[in-house]
Amino acid sequence: MESITFTETPFVRKKKRTEALAKLIFFLMALSMIIPLVMIIAYLVVQAWPILSIDFLLENPANRMRAGGVWAPLLGTIYLVVISLLVSAPIGVLAAVYLNEYATDNWFTRIINLAVVNLAGVPSIVHALFGLGAFVLFAGIGRSILAASLTLAIMTLPVIIASTKEALASVPMPFRTACWNVGATRWQTIRTIVLPNSISGILTGIILQVSRAAGETAPIMFTGAVFFKALKDDGLFAYNLLDQCMALSMHLFTISTQVPDVPHALPYGTAVVLMAIVLLTNGLSIAFRVYLRSRKRW
Amino acid sequence: MNYSIETRHLNLWYGNFQALIDVSVNIKDRLITGLIGPSGCGKTTLLRTFNRINERYGNVTTKGEIKIFGKNIYDNDVSLPELRKSVGMVFQRPNPLPISVYENIVLGMKLHQQRSSLKKSGLDEVVEQSLREVFLWDDLKDHLKKKATSLQLEQQQKLCIARLLPLKPRVILMDEPCSALDVEGTRAVEDMMLSLRERYTIIIVTHNMAQARRVSDECIFMLLGEIIEHNDTDDLFLNPRNPKTADYIEGRYG
Repeated sequence: MESITFTETPFVRKKKRTEALAKLIFFLMALSMIIPLVMIIAYLVVQAWPILSIDFLLENPANRMRAGGVWAPLLGTIYLVVISLLVSAPIGVLAAVYLNEYATDNWFTRIINLAVVNLAGVPSIVHALFGLGAFVLFAGIGRSILAASLTLAIMTLPVIIASTKEALASVPMPFRTACWNVGATRWQTIRTIVLPNSISGILTGIILQVSRAAGETAPIMFTGAVFFKALKDDGLFAYNLLDQCMALSMHLFTISTQVPDVPHALPYGTAVVLMAIVLLTNGLSIAFRVYLRSRKRW
Repeated sequence: MNYSIETRHLNLWYGNFQALIDVSVNIKDRLITGLIGPSGCGKTTLLRTFNRINERYGNVTTKGEIKIFGKNIYDNDVSLPELRKSVGMVFQRPNPLPISVYENIVLGMKLHQQRSSLKKSGLDEVVEQSLREVFLWDDLKDHLKKKATSLQLEQQQKLCIARLLPLKPRVILMDEPCSALDVEGTRAVEDMMLSLRERYTIIIVTHNMAQARRVSDECIFMLLGEIIEHNDTDDLFLNPRNPKTADYIEGRYG
């Protein structure tokens, strides 16, 4: 009987080399994702080091923006983010529930989905102009926290709808049929089984929009954020809804480009605070997702 | 003889594809009726029309009449939640909800009754009774708080049947209820079906002809959306009237 040796042929050796090379390249590309993030953070922290302290967070800008801290812009950013999400999260989640749980596939639903996708692709500066026209001028709200928050809300809305839809779609269909077959209405099904099993994904999507809303400059620049604003007191309620406000992203832009003779560390300190907000909210959303995931089993 | 389900000239389309062609069939009360036929013959579709769950699966057009205990379920005054309460369904893959055993069983009652009318003791009693009916009580009486999705598949499938019982259904539809189970699980579920037989109309779709012979009193053979033969199970298997039936049960196609 003819025996077989199963040894490598030159062609097999070549294939193995290519395989190893391919794996290395893919790995390096994946690794390179970490490098910019680490470098950005390291660079910012090193440059900002002399100025970083709790006081930097809690003091207002002073001496024509050349000294002091970032309290007024930080508080302004918090206002903008919270109010914009208070508007966009409920609307976005409810719209996504309709689209994923109720809507049948027809031309009307397709138009809504198309609108969501395209709205997500609109550049933020265009959102800014829209906010200026619609909220500041047409609705007569004037340049204010409210107008800026509504503009940010419109900007975050499509992304919240998309992420919520994805979270809802990840709930297995048999859970729904199980409910329908004991005579549950659609709303009963959503309430008892769909939402409890998708809430982690929904909240993650919303929290991720915190960092996006906090970071945008263009939409708030036209609609409510200002160069400088003196706060009436030190409390958390120092801004009114119809006040204009300072914001971190705008403040960073101002002190880096518009004000001469700013101490070197000041803009970097501001950037560190902004990055910290972004990383904290992202970290929070990850921790939250891990926690909720550990509780569900199917 | 009492018929629990009567269909007249039932036609059904998914989009342009006709899945049921002129189905007229009478299904007897308190018996087990088997639905057999090769894949794609429309048996699952027919089963799903009996509680109109089909309409949740997209672009479906239905013509004709389905009477369940004398009432046409396509009449305008038929409420789907009430219909599904009386005509429950069990699926191929057990689909317990990711909540406790107890909550799975009382879910139906919670969906159909005011919360205030549900008393803890009443619910406890219903849970025990339902689990006893499917022979799960002894296994699960100490594990009522356990997540239903962590049970063995056989227990999950029985639980899915137990979940229907608090709603006092008249008809139980089973879509290949044993195809995900092993031999022991299949035997246990079949035993349970035979014990439920006296109280409910049971319709079972199955690919397994031996199973159809074991559990069903009457059998319906379907092919390409049409009913080819409907007869006592023994007659259908021993003396099929239609040559297509004979070929199928002898395994010449399917």
